[in-house]
This record gives sequence, C-alpha cells and structure tokens, in this order.
Amino acid sequence: MREKAADRAQSGVSPYLVGVMAWVVPGLGHLWLGRRQKGLIFLVALVGMFACGLWLRGRIFPFQLAEPLVALMAFADLGMGLPYLIAKTLGVAGGEVVAITYDYGNAFIIVAGLLNMLVVLDAFDIALGRK
Amino acid sequence: MTTHLGLMIVFALFVSVVFAVLMRDDLRDQLRLFGRLFAGFVAGGIAIGWLLYPLPF
Repeated sequence: MREKAADRAQSGVSPYLVGVMAWVVPGLGHLWLGRRQKGLIFLVALVGMFACGLWLRGRIFPFQLAEPLVALMAFADLGMGLPYLIAKTLGVAGGEVVAITYDYGNAFIIVAGLLNMLVVLDAFDIALGRK
Repeated sequence: MTTHLGLMIVFALFVSVVFAVLMRDDLRDQLRLFGRLFAGFVAGGIAIGWLLYPLPF
C-alpha cells in the first residue's frame, strides 16, 4: 500500500488534485491512489448516508452569515461535493421542517459532509506519502 | 425504521464504517474497530437515553 502511494506521489499527481477529487466524489481520492477497498466503502457509506439524510427530509442549509450556526451547518453540508451540488440542482435539498424526521435528516447530511472532509484529509496525506 | 432507536442504529452503522476504514488498513483490524465503535455508539446512546429519562425537560 505504502509503495502504491509513493508511486502515485512520484508520478507527479498533485496532492491538492487528489484532495479535490476526494471532495468532489467521496472515495475517489482513495480509488485514484490505488486503495480500492477504502475508496469503494467511502463512496457507498458517505453517499448512502447523505441520501438517507435527504430521504429523511433533511435540509441542505444556505450560507447565512447572520446566523452563525446555520452558516456552520452549511459549511459542513458542502463537504459532500458533487452529491451536494446534485441535490441542490434537483431541488431535493429544501427539507421539510414539519417532518418528524427533519432533525435526523439534518444530522445525517451534516455528518456525511464532515466525514468526507476527514476522508479528503486522509487522501491528501496518502498522496503526500505520509501514510 | 424511522424510530429514534432505528435511526440511531443506522447512523452509528455509517459512522462506525467510515471511522474503522479511515483509521485501520488491515481488513481484520477494520472489522474489529467497526465492531467496537458500533457497539459503543449504540450502547452509549441507550445508556445516555436512560440517564436522561428522569429529567423533566
């Protein structure tokens, strides 16, 4: 595994590019670096968690700097990359405040975004040869 | 499925999987850590729920 990462690092792939790929599609950074098992699990688990959040009528929060907590939640949501943009584009990100599962859905969406940020950092470290 | 306990278990499942795969490289170690995290999240959630139960708010 370490050799694969070192090979990728030496092949001139920028760790920043790997980080961007990992952010856009959860797990893609690890897949690109040859860590297929990890990449596939991240892809399925994080996209599944995000989809569960939407199914539970959770909301993708808008950036409202006047409301610091809402802005923080919006920042966490943004961690999901492409699924976030697709949900926004399809108009399924509005949530339903009166739904009994609304808060659960928000928790799923927010935590999926935060976990993907950790996955991005992990892919970045691997690309640098630190792991 | 959409009970509080059911959703807590699904949530714990997702989070445990991601943390286990993130923190361990070997499959056996990943499974072991997943089991520990999942059991800890579920048991901890139930325990905290029971502790909070008598509170009036």
